[in-house]
Amino acid sequence: MLAESLALTAALFIVGVIGVLIHRNAIIIFMCVELMLTAVNLTFVAFSRFYGTAGQVFVVFVMTVSAAEAAVGLAIIIAIFRHRQTINLKDINLLKG
Amino acid sequence: MLLQTALEAASQAAHPLSGTVAEWVWLLPVLPLAGFVINGLLSLNNAHFGPSDPNTAEHHPHPEVLDAAGTHGEEGGSGDDDHAVKRHRWAGVVSIVGPGVLIIAFGLAVAMWQAMAGAHPEAPFVQRYFSWMPVGSLQIDAAFQLDQLSMVMILVITGVGALIHVFSVGYMRDDPGYPRYFSYLNLFVFFMLVLVLGANYPVLFVGWEGVGLCSYLLIGFWFNDKANADAGKKAFIVNRIGDFGLLVAMFMLFANIGVLDFIGVNAKAVELGAGSALVTAICLFMFLGCTGKSAQIPLYIWLPDAMAGPTPVSALIHAATMVTAGVYLIARSAALFSLSPVASLTVAVVGAVTAIFAATIGLKQWDIKKVLAYSTISQLGYMFVGVGVGAYVSGMFHLVTHAFFKALLFLGSGSVIHAMHAAYHRTHSHEDAQDMRNMGGLKRFLPLTCGLMWIATLAISGIPPLSGFFSKDEILGTVFARAHGSTLATASWLGVPGGTLLYIIYGIGLAAAFLTAVYMTRMMLYTFHGPTRTGTEEENYLHEPSWTMTGPLVVLGILTVAGGWLNLPELVTDLIPLGPREVLGHFLDPVVGSATARITAGASHVPAATEEALILTAVVIAVSGILFAVWRLKPAKVPRKRDAVPETGLEGLVANKYYVDEEIDRFIVEPTYKVSRTFLWRIVDNGIIDGLFVNGSAALARAFGWIGSRLQTGNTGEYAWAIVVGVLILLGAFTLR
Amino acid sequence: MPEHYPLFYTFHFYFFGVIAIASAIAFVTRKSPVAAALWLVNTMFALSAEYVLLDAQFIGVMQVLVYAGAIMVVFLFVVMLLNLGHPSELAAARGTGWKLAAGLIGLGLLSEIMVILRAKLPQQLIVPRDFNEQQLAKLNAVGTIAQPLFKDYLLAFELTSVLLLVAIAGAVILGRGRAVGAR
Repeated sequence: MLAESLALTAALFIVGVIGVLIHRNAIIIFMCVELMLTAVNLTFVAFSRFYGTAGQVFVVFVMTVSAAEAAVGLAIIIAIFRHRQTINLKDINLLKG
Repeated sequence: MLLQTALEAASQAAHPLSGTVAEWVWLLPVLPLAGFVINGLLSLNNAHFGPSDPNTAEHHPHPEVLDAAGTHGEEGGSGDDDHAVKRHRWAGVVSIVGPGVLIIAFGLAVAMWQAMAGAHPEAPFVQRYFSWMPVGSLQIDAAFQLDQLSMVMILVITGVGALIHVFSVGYMRDDPGYPRYFSYLNLFVFFMLVLVLGANYPVLFVGWEGVGLCSYLLIGFWFNDKANADAGKKAFIVNRIGDFGLLVAMFMLFANIGVLDFIGVNAKAVELGAGSALVTAICLFMFLGCTGKSAQIPLYIWLPDAMAGPTPVSALIHAATMVTAGVYLIARSAALFSLSPVASLTVAVVGAVTAIFAATIGLKQWDIKKVLAYSTISQLGYMFVGVGVGAYVSGMFHLVTHAFFKALLFLGSGSVIHAMHAAYHRTHSHEDAQDMRNMGGLKRFLPLTCGLMWIATLAISGIPPLSGFFSKDEILGTVFARAHGSTLATASWLGVPGGTLLYIIYGIGLAAAFLTAVYMTRMMLYTFHGPTRTGTEEENYLHEPSWTMTGPLVVLGILTVAGGWLNLPELVTDLIPLGPREVLGHFLDPVVGSATARITAGASHVPAATEEALILTAVVIAVSGILFAVWRLKPAKVPRKRDAVPETGLEGLVANKYYVDEEIDRFIVEPTYKVSRTFLWRIVDNGIIDGLFVNGSAALARAFGWIGSRLQTGNTGEYAWAIVVGVLILLGAFTLR
Repeated sequence: MPEHYPLFYTFHFYFFGVIAIASAIAFVTRKSPVAAALWLVNTMFALSAEYVLLDAQFIGVMQVLVYAGAIMVVFLFVVMLLNLGHPSELAAARGTGWKLAAGLIGLGLLSEIMVILRAKLPQQLIVPRDFNEQQLAKLNAVGTIAQPLFKDYLLAFELTSVLLLVAIAGAVILGRGRAVGAR
């Protein structure tokens, strides 16, 4: 079961990566990041099945951090949207030197 | 090197010369070096730099009477001889310091010679001063070596050098570059002493290069005239080609036996294999260096041009000392050359061919110094024949006697030229003061010079009992003896058996001796005898020079006569008890004896009757040469230079020195220019080095910058891409491992 | 050690796995954020089932509560709030070339992960088959997580709570509006 779980995990993670690479909409990119985190959660749980409960404890932490990150990130996106009226990454380029 | 230290210790521990004046051997080169520094500093005072440098001279340099303060026209003429010449401010000091250091050095050399003569050391006396190049297995020390061979050279250098310095006081008296001249001359003596005192090849090479440098400086002494500067450059460049040979020989020596000091090389030379290709190659490369320094074929071309320098320079550097460095080198490397019959035969062949080749050119030269230049090349050929056939003592003997009479000839011609210049200057004439066609009948005006030069001419022709006879005859006799039986006779040189070759060399030697007598007599006839072509007005002003110039001439004359006593052959002393036999031979035996023995191994002694016949032949040849010249050459028929018609046909070929320089220009120099201009400059320098490396690296940096700028756009999406691609690459590293 | 799983188990494992992947792909290929969010919610549900199948019941429930119920809701709130629902107003994805490149990169990464995952893990670390059941029997489902959390990983727990506090404060400040700090 471990191998199959890990394969599933890898697939989900890659889908998330591709999503990050393809989209220019900030919110969708954010959601792809969440998907990647979820895939990692699955990895931890899969391993905890065979190597003890420490994995599940870590999943708790990951979820917490993910939630916090989602909150703050979305606040940032709202702030940017208020200033720029856009969430297209192409237009959010104040870092350009 | 342990071997060197051990040998050194063995030779040093109970060296008969330690504790004597020989310990002061370092002072010998240091004295002229101090002279160089002092004179050099003095020359900076009152020096004029730039286009108005008063060290100007015309194409044929003569000591210009120029006002050092200024007002000078194109040629002389700022006053007649009654007007006091404004010499260099420090000329007086220089006149003391310049020759003075040489005289002191000579005195020191004599003291050392006395010590050596009394101590009879078998091994060289080496003074190590510091470790110069300790690089791994290569240990080169700055060390001086005093043995009989270097002693002979030192005496010649300091002795004849001192005489020439004294002569220069008179000759260069009115030259504005007086202190500069003496500083260069002292520097030359310093380097020459380093050359002969060096205890290993690198120190010798320092001296070797140094004398080349000083030769360049002194040949182009009157450098405002481009021809003089070109002559200096030519000398230096041609020398460099030879130096390459010497360097390669050193490299090969080190690569194969790992030592470069003379004691070590002499001990380990046999390891190279007698007659092997390796030792032959080493010797041939070394000989290439000798052809450059000692003006043999093919690198002799610089010596006639070097006559553009002041005449005392020609006497010192291009007759007595620098050009003999090649002979000294071969004598020093006798252990190597004696191991390779092919190389020794090559040396002898080249020497012989050069001797006769230069002699033929000397027959048709009109410039008195050029005649002497070709004579020097020819006599150097004799010396190389001597050391080539393993007669190292004979070669050195001829070196010493040649130093005497050639210096005498050059200095004598110097006093002639000096007188001619003074005369032409007084009459404001633009004639060439060095061309024999403008001379003639000078016996009336310069009797002492004439007499002394006749002594030298007889010596160089080989008339007994003058020194030249003994030395030249000894060389020819040794060639004959080697042809009879030696390792050389049994060897094969390019298919020709060594014995035959040696007989041919002997024949060439005789022919060259005949021609020597002819052209030297010709020179004397045209210069001193017959009608005076100088011009009636100038005759009033021709006179003998001062004692500073005639004094050294007299001393050299005495030495020319007495020099033969250095190495009287057994044959003569058996017949006529003239004096001690073979003094020089016995003196040099500890140094070159083993090498000579290697060559003469198993040879039988030449019967006394054959020796007598050889001597007689040589004398007959010499006398007939002189008589032939007297009979055939009519001084009265010689036109003045301005009336002279250029020679044609065979005469023209010889007079133009077989067009060797022109051919070298056409086949070597011009193509080199072309290659340099089109290929090396345009393609390599501009294209590859400038374009590819310099501009290319700049372009590369710009490219990297452009890449970097594209990576930092400020666009977050692109950063995400960069991160993911980076992860891909990083994981790739893990996967592939 | 090769384990034998009943067919029931295996079938459901693959069933939910396929749903998860299909939902994820659907999520990535939507143009509208609302649709994408909803597909992601579906993925979360499927994964929650996976967790239960892997004996992590508490985590499975937490997945639904926290991820699907809280985080995704926040996402949808923001999307609705900023009126970003209409496809015409939205930022389209990158061009076809980029999509292709992204696909290749993804495949590359996937293959690399596969290769790396073949590495063998040490056997000593594997716990016995029924370890989790034993734990569940001793403490209940919550207890199996709570005990390590409050005992071995207490420090991390406390730090995470601080993190949450900071996040809350940050979100409030960032989302407040123009006049930040002026009042």
